[in-house]
Amino acid sequence: MNKAMNQAFRKRKITYTLAFLVVLALYLISAYITEFDLQTGIKAFPEAAKWMSERLIPDAKAWERLPKILDKLFETALLSVAVTVTAGIGAFMFSLLGSKTTGFRGIINQLVRMTAAFFRNVPDVVWAMVLMFSFGQNILTGYFALFFTTFGLLTRSFIETIDEVSASCVEALNATGANFIQIVFQGIIPSAMTGIITWILYMIETNIRSSTLIGILTATGIGYLFDMYYKRIEFGSAGLVVMAIVVLVIVIETISIQIRKVIK
Amino acid sequence: MPILEFKNVSKTYDNETKALNDVSFSIEEGEFVSIIGPSGAGKSTLLRCINRLVDASSGEIVFDGQDVTQMKNKELRKVRTKTGMIFQHYNLVDRLSVIENVLHGTLGKKSTFSGMIGHYTEEEKLRAFEILESLGLADQAYKRCDELSGGQKQRVGIARAIMQQPKLILCDEPIASLDPKSSKIIMDHLADINENQKITCIVNLHQVDVAMKYSERIIGVSDGKIVYDGTPEGLDQKTIHKIYQSKTSDLITDIGGEAHE
Repeated sequence: MNKAMNQAFRKRKITYTLAFLVVLALYLISAYITEFDLQTGIKAFPEAAKWMSERLIPDAKAWERLPKILDKLFETALLSVAVTVTAGIGAFMFSLLGSKTTGFRGIINQLVRMTAAFFRNVPDVVWAMVLMFSFGQNILTGYFALFFTTFGLLTRSFIETIDEVSASCVEALNATGANFIQIVFQGIIPSAMTGIITWILYMIETNIRSSTLIGILTATGIGYLFDMYYKRIEFGSAGLVVMAIVVLVIVIETISIQIRKVIK
Repeated sequence: MPILEFKNVSKTYDNETKALNDVSFSIEEGEFVSIIGPSGAGKSTLLRCINRLVDASSGEIVFDGQDVTQMKNKELRKVRTKTGMIFQHYNLVDRLSVIENVLHGTLGKKSTFSGMIGHYTEEEKLRAFEILESLGLADQAYKRCDELSGGQKQRVGIARAIMQQPKLILCDEPIASLDPKSSKIIMDHLADINENQKITCIVNLHQVDVAMKYSERIIGVSDGKIVYDGTPEGLDQKTIHKIYQSKTSDLITDIGGEAHE
């Protein structure tokens, strides 16, 4: 008994030690190849903070540009909302086909899940790079790049929500002789609605963050403004852009927390 | 003519588990039948084969003069409107109001569109209210279902089933999640519906004593086969143990003496 216990503990110790050594080795090898030095990295922090506090503070010129910045910020936020809502509608219809609750089985189910996984697993930035070839640097590229990942992610989340919350009432409505469309509108939508709205709000937040980055690639929205000011070495304006983004993200998050409270 | 007839019905899940094994019986209109048996004996499967929530693997199930096993979509939905169902976990749409859940009982007879947008006639609404009143739920009509207690939810389940104006009500463990007091209320309502509206009731039960008290006929299922079919009076200790495949004094019904009064 005692021997078996000691052995079990020793086995765990060996596993932890091995895991630690592997991580350490990976770090050392990659640091050597990339010539990354943790010490210089950490030492650079205070200096970087000092640099930021001196240069990134918005100057008079930056404040003059505020209307333009807000305009682009608004455009980016609206794009995120538009993407999420349209992708959400598509994802909901798609998720009905991918859910086991609704009675679609076999090939359709698998096909939906695989398509959703594909769209979800390619990062939005990669979608943007690929789409830039066909659409060029404009807002449509950004729209589709965000649309694809959002669609993939929402489809999977909606399938899970539907299977989780509406399986029992779908069975009951089936037993009353209701048809598919009636079941969707009278059973699935009412029971899954809060879950669906929560996911959509979450994706709007995420998409505002991503669209800033994608804007740098596609030369649109707030990302483009930041990129431009930064390259012109107008750090004050770039700093104001960053602040505006932070404020927007906080505002959106506060709003969605409030909405979630109401729809509980 | 019997309202329901099973002819050599079998059901095999995944080509392996035999849930029903050559089951045959028939039920006359107006009967109140309890089905008892251990968990996993096939009671739920038996009930669900009738309204095809589960498809039987072989055999014939004749309900109201028609074989349901061969039915396609539209015919099947029509049969389902004639069979109400009550579930152990109530299976209501929790986020809708009580009255809306009761009105769901009419969906099978409505057009797709009016069912979709939840448009009900004045007459349907009045009838839903009457049913709720008879079940003592008139005050709860506009509450959301997730605000109700278990016993109240089950009464909404019954109301939804009655709303269908069914010929047959299938009850799958209707009181398994309820306390003794709510259980009695539910069983009394079922007995009342059976007696006054002449709706045939088939009830899956875990509680042998409840089955003996309420039903005029008991079917004992064990390992997918019918091992007893007769009156409550004929159900003695030996048969109960045969149904539950247990030895004497292994069952909770053995506590406090005879289960057979």
